[in-house]
Amino acid sequence: MPDAMKTLIEQLSQLLPADCIITDEESLRPYECDGLSAYRQLPGCVLLPETLAQVQEIMRLCHQHGVPVVARGGGTGLSGGALPLAEGVLLSLTKFNRILHIDPVQRLARVEPGVRNLAVSEAVAGYGLFYAPDPSSQIACTIGGNVAENSGGVHCLKYGLTVHNVMAVKLVTVEGEVLELGSEALDSPGLDLMALITGSEGMLGIVMEVTLKLLPLPSGEQVMLVAFDTIEDAGNAVTRVIAEGIIPAGLEMMDNACVRAVEEFVHAGYPLDAAAILICELDGIDEEITAQRDRMVELMRACHAADVRIATSPEEGRRFWAGRKAAFPAVGRIATDYYCMDGTIPKKHLAGVLSRIAELSKEYGLAVVNVFHAGDGNLHPLILYDISHPGELERAEELGGRILEHCVEVGGTITGEHGVGVEKINQMCIQFSDAERQQFHAIKHAFDAKTLLNPGKAVPTLKRCAEFGAMHVHRGEMKFPDLERF
Amino acid sequence: MRAACAARTPLVIRGGGSKDFYGNPCKGEPLDVTSCRGVVSYDPSELVITVAAGTPLMEVEQTLAAAHQYLAFEPPVHNEHATIGGAIATGLSGPRRPWTGPARDFVLGVDCINGRGERLKFGGQVIKNVAGYDVSRLLTGSLGTLGVILDVSLKVLPQAETEISLIADMPLDRARKFIQDWSGRPVPISGACYYQGNLRIRLSGYESAVMHTATVMGLTPEENTSFWQQLRHQSLDLFTTGGPLWRISLPVTATAPEDFQLMDWGGALYWSKTDMPAERLRDRVKSLGGHATLYRDNGLNVPRFQPLDNGLLALHQRLKAALDPSGILNRGRMYSEF
Ligand SMILES: Cc1cc2nc3c(=O)[nH]c(=O)nc-3n(C[C@H](O)[C@H](O)[C@H](O)COP(=O)(O)OP(=O)(O)OC[C@H]3O[C@@H](n4cnc5c(N)ncnc54)[C@H](O)[C@@H]3O)c2cc1C
Repeated sequence: MPDAMKTLIEQLSQLLPADCIITDEESLRPYECDGLSAYRQLPGCVLLPETLAQVQEIMRLCHQHGVPVVARGGGTGLSGGALPLAEGVLLSLTKFNRILHIDPVQRLARVEPGVRNLAVSEAVAGYGLFYAPDPSSQIACTIGGNVAENSGGVHCLKYGLTVHNVMAVKLVTVEGEVLELGSEALDSPGLDLMALITGSEGMLGIVMEVTLKLLPLPSGEQVMLVAFDTIEDAGNAVTRVIAEGIIPAGLEMMDNACVRAVEEFVHAGYPLDAAAILICELDGIDEEITAQRDRMVELMRACHAADVRIATSPEEGRRFWAGRKAAFPAVGRIATDYYCMDGTIPKKHLAGVLSRIAELSKEYGLAVVNVFHAGDGNLHPLILYDISHPGELERAEELGGRILEHCVEVGGTITGEHGVGVEKINQMCIQFSDAERQQFHAIKHAFDAKTLLNPGKAVPTLKRCAEFGAMHVHRGEMKFPDLERF
Repeated sequence: MRAACAARTPLVIRGGGSKDFYGNPCKGEPLDVTSCRGVVSYDPSELVITVAAGTPLMEVEQTLAAAHQYLAFEPPVHNEHATIGGAIATGLSGPRRPWTGPARDFVLGVDCINGRGERLKFGGQVIKNVAGYDVSRLLTGSLGTLGVILDVSLKVLPQAETEISLIADMPLDRARKFIQDWSGRPVPISGACYYQGNLRIRLSGYESAVMHTATVMGLTPEENTSFWQQLRHQSLDLFTTGGPLWRISLPVTATAPEDFQLMDWGGALYWSKTDMPAERLRDRVKSLGGHATLYRDNGLNVPRFQPLDNGLLALHQRLKAALDPSGILNRGRMYSEF
């Protein structure tokens, strides 16, 4: 253990109860990775503080000793954002799991960062309210992690991402100071720091309290399942729905491979012969739903839908959704390992990007299953591989990288909701110029001059991009594409 | 801009000049951005438009209206010169704000020049994008202090099928209670304000839903809906006649200011011509969880924006230095310290 860490732990043991400091290897093990388990690293130590004052003191001491700090919520992140550092502190915020205040009139909830996403909607349902961003991981991921990643969910087409649904944040700075950002009023004086903090991947401060905006629960919903014979038709249908002025609460798409995997797992009654299916949810008051549903059915028929099913009961609606919600675990059953990508593209390129993914899948000899938030063009191609086969993980990563680069080529982005973390750090070199990345570093410096908060994540150094560039000559066109790398 | 940066020449960024009145006066060489003009790309089925910053807001709105879409944050259009760049740089949002979100919620990306004269792009043209810090939303409402916006990509929304205005003559307390009760229900409210003794509610959405809600609310439909346009574009008398005008932002459950002319945003925004001394007003508003902006000074010489606490101010200064190290962009427009 390095000296700085030793001194730090000595000082911390005066401050924290013994069971809040973990240093033995066996107990550190569960913290070695987040949801991106291909990357693992034991932290120098894990701290589990219980009070704001303790967090402030931890930050002060780490700052003084120059020890880096990685915050961790539920550890469900898919980009390695909470990957520990061998010489750093892993700051787990799971003990901060209280909902501090619910204000049904202002429709706000003030919560600690370790509160699980779903717990909020459960706690406020009695008031006829809900918290809209609903990542599929919502039973396990935390609000602190959601703010750090600007997480989305299946309902964000209509209700927005985390950034649209948080009002205020209490932030502990790298020096241990408390900053109050945002407010319960609808705006605050000065710069929009809430926008900057949301999605900042634990690089700018520790989120210690969050005020969430709550919405009235829609009085009803209607779920539809629509099957298509070609991917093109499904893609066009998505574009047409939006062009016609309908914003469904959710509009999700699965390709045939995904439909098959899911059907075998949850028996949702999905048509196995469909090239793609759409799950569409409409919500609102009855009058609204009926009006939208009738238009949707007409539109889907006009877009050559092979089958349009309208759930006739809430149970049937839930069954339609069950398959979509079980997509990841279902794929987990058919493949030893899978690697989840997260690019976003303009919707009009859906069909084209899917055929490019199919080509790349062939080129790399790895199957790809597609499931995505179609309404906002956010793709989650799942690359199937087997980590026990030498070189397969590296091939999966390279294939993933090429998919993301293609997303950028068609005007999209490398990450819609999972964040850059350690995973997409190379692709940041492609999406942003040197000057843009330098600007990000300068912003980070304004919050964290010593680069102690989650260092090495989210924004690559110029050096790293230079190295990556040397290998990756031009936007995915590599030298000797047939040779194995790494 | 590189030359200005090297020589540390302060620049004053200017679009159509329709919001010259807003923010603290600042001095410098004018940098006119109205020559960056036109729609760069617009595909209604993507719900995204990219426009050059100097494009008149009216032109943007016409383009969108032709495809039955609109800017859901309803920026005020003070006159025909007002540009989209100015709307984003001020971040001002209209009556729909509590229900559909402020300007920054709709900003997806910017192409800009920072104070070093570097051309930078942040965000993009897609609705979900978490690559890198959200600099495009940070620039929204930054009053040109961090960068010159060249073009901006915005999320747009389909126009509602129907829109109606309801009115009722009632005391303030009852009006506030009425709004609070109805805001907690899933009904298509798109505006709620109180002016000259009248509560007004605007509903927008599917015709069937709007009509149904109007019936159960039991207020009187208003034939002439031009009030909402005047409210949005700030052309009601209150905005145009003399005297300092305060814009007071408060949590909806906070006590209303004693002296105000117009309540908007369902009770989260008050416009006031109070003659209470600035410091007292600001202390009081702050203790209620809000802040007060001297929106139109009309001779009152005090800082336009509520002062920031020390820690926050220092962070603002460091951020300013990160984007504009020579401090040349709209110096002092937001706060005298940067
Ligand atoms: C099966 C599955 C499905 C998923 N589905 C979705 C989905 O639909 N949509 C979506 O957006 N994401 C999804 N995710 C990704 C993930 O759940 C989200 O990114 C989530 O927000 C992470 O929350 P967490 O509490 O687990 O954070 P962690 O993984 O613990 O941390 C994530 C990042 O946040 C930082 N962090 C955590 N807490 C704080 C804090 N208090 N202050 C500062 N920084 C902090 C960490 O340092 C790290 O960089 C899914 C993941 C899985 C495993």
